[in-house]
Amino acid sequence: MTYPAILPAKGLADRLTGTFWRRPGLLLLLLIAPPLLWLGVVYLGSLAALLLQSFYSIDEFSGVVKEEFTLKTYAELFRAQNLDIIIRTVVMATAVTLACAVLAFPIAYYAARYAKGPWKAAFYLGVMLPLWSSYLVKVYAWKLILAKEGILGWAAEGTHTSWIIDGILSVPFLEGSSLSTSPFGTFLVFVYIWLPYMILPMQAALERVPNSMLEASADLGATQSQTFRTVILPLALPGVIAGSIFTFSLTLGDYIIPQIVGDSSRFIGLTVYQLQGTAGNTPLAAAFAVVPILIMLVYLSLAKRAGAFDAL
Amino acid sequence: MRSEASWGLKLAALGGLLFLHLPILLIFLYAFTTEERSYAFPPPGYTTEWFAVAWNREDIWPPLWLSLKVAAISTVMAMILGTLAAAAMARARFFGRDQVTLLILLPIALPGVITGMSLRSAFGVLDIPFSTWTIVLGHATFCIVIVYNNAIARMRRLSGGILEASADLGANAFQTFRHVLLPNLGSALLAGGMLAFALSFDEVIVTTFTAGQQSTLPIWMLNELVRPRQRPVTNVVAIVVFAATFVPILIAYYLTRGGSETAGMGK
Repeated sequence: MTYPAILPAKGLADRLTGTFWRRPGLLLLLLIAPPLLWLGVVYLGSLAALLLQSFYSIDEFSGVVKEEFTLKTYAELFRAQNLDIIIRTVVMATAVTLACAVLAFPIAYYAARYAKGPWKAAFYLGVMLPLWSSYLVKVYAWKLILAKEGILGWAAEGTHTSWIIDGILSVPFLEGSSLSTSPFGTFLVFVYIWLPYMILPMQAALERVPNSMLEASADLGATQSQTFRTVILPLALPGVIAGSIFTFSLTLGDYIIPQIVGDSSRFIGLTVYQLQGTAGNTPLAAAFAVVPILIMLVYLSLAKRAGAFDAL
Repeated sequence: MRSEASWGLKLAALGGLLFLHLPILLIFLYAFTTEERSYAFPPPGYTTEWFAVAWNREDIWPPLWLSLKVAAISTVMAMILGTLAAAAMARARFFGRDQVTLLILLPIALPGVITGMSLRSAFGVLDIPFSTWTIVLGHATFCIVIVYNNAIARMRRLSGGILEASADLGANAFQTFRHVLLPNLGSALLAGGMLAFALSFDEVIVTTFTAGQQSTLPIWMLNELVRPRQRPVTNVVAIVVFAATFVPILIAYYLTRGGSETAGMGK
């Protein structure tokens, strides 16, 4: 008695398996269709609605949204007060990104080049836990720290260094009754919240720098700092840029932090939130939301040219 | 290169880690303070009464349930959609593949305020009233990528040979999925689900745009932060929110440790 080389198809499941085998494209289509439909309809659809809204305008007398195509709303972005908001946000995002890069470097460098075994895991978890743990709780913790009667003020008083805080608070543009109502406080919290996003890609880039290159550099007579400047830094740069995409983009859009810590001067995110909420001016809110998208598109194309996407 | 780090570097690295962790610890201290009006440090006294007060506050429970419900539904949806996307993208090469990757990443690459405002505009244009489902819509969208990242990393490590072996031994596609693929993916999917849950439970930026008058626990907390009523109660809730995100993260880490896909690289 002989058995067939191919088992006979029993039932629908077997027949489908045969079809998938003969036409792999069909299986691929069935797999990708649901997530693609979801993201296409919900996400891209929403982005399209955002763009559409941004070309509407609001009737200044009745406050009703006029559903006709106009560039009037975009023109409003160029009013002095609105330009101020955009510039303030971009300056803050730049400052936060630079500070994050400086603070992240030693952590990423140590974790990538020196930490071994359990220390490596500790460093990894030590960056990962603050990254994932509750955003709102972290912001709140800083409210406690920066309050006038909070731990920072208490520590400064105990060590007779209150003059440092007072000094910061008397700098023009950073004034406030305490750090929690000063733009410097806003800056500090931004740096704290987004720092892990800078460390991870930086560490990944540093881990890829081959040891042999550092040895070669030493063999050729370079000092430690020369090796750092001419070998390590250029090779780590894509990682820094990759991290900066996150810190820059996240600061551009955030609206919780300036609301809770700071002098309540407005940033793009906060403006979008207020315009669509209490003000009811959805077209202008939508136009404001398009600004970070445009800035990020420019930023991403620059980052791509610098080779940062390979480091992501 | 010296094999030992300089003291300056060690100090800076350790200082950086402390900077990341000390602020969170402070929350725990403040939950026990007897001071109700201000954030005075050091706390004038310690008490556990705020846990009981928070427990008896009627206005905390509905937001808590809503947050749990939204996080649970969003996680399930993200796990299904994210796994499907990962299964399709793991090996296949097709036209537009890079664009699809970008589309999956976009919801977390762009600031949350854009996702939120976009959804808000769409609800406005289509006259969709706010409900639990409008919140879920937003959350599931940005949770897909979390599950996707975990699943695709594991699939790439998985040898294609075991799928072929399964087929050679007579299993059909569904049996292979059930008995070969799923056991191998299990822990990665669970880790992805944990992280998605943590992310959804804690999300506030997108939620404020998609919730309308509803209140999730993070929205409740945000309102308390902007207009404080009973500060120590907020501290207690902060601990609850922290624990609800912290525990899933730790579990996710242990599920995927040792692999190249260790949880969290994707956020």
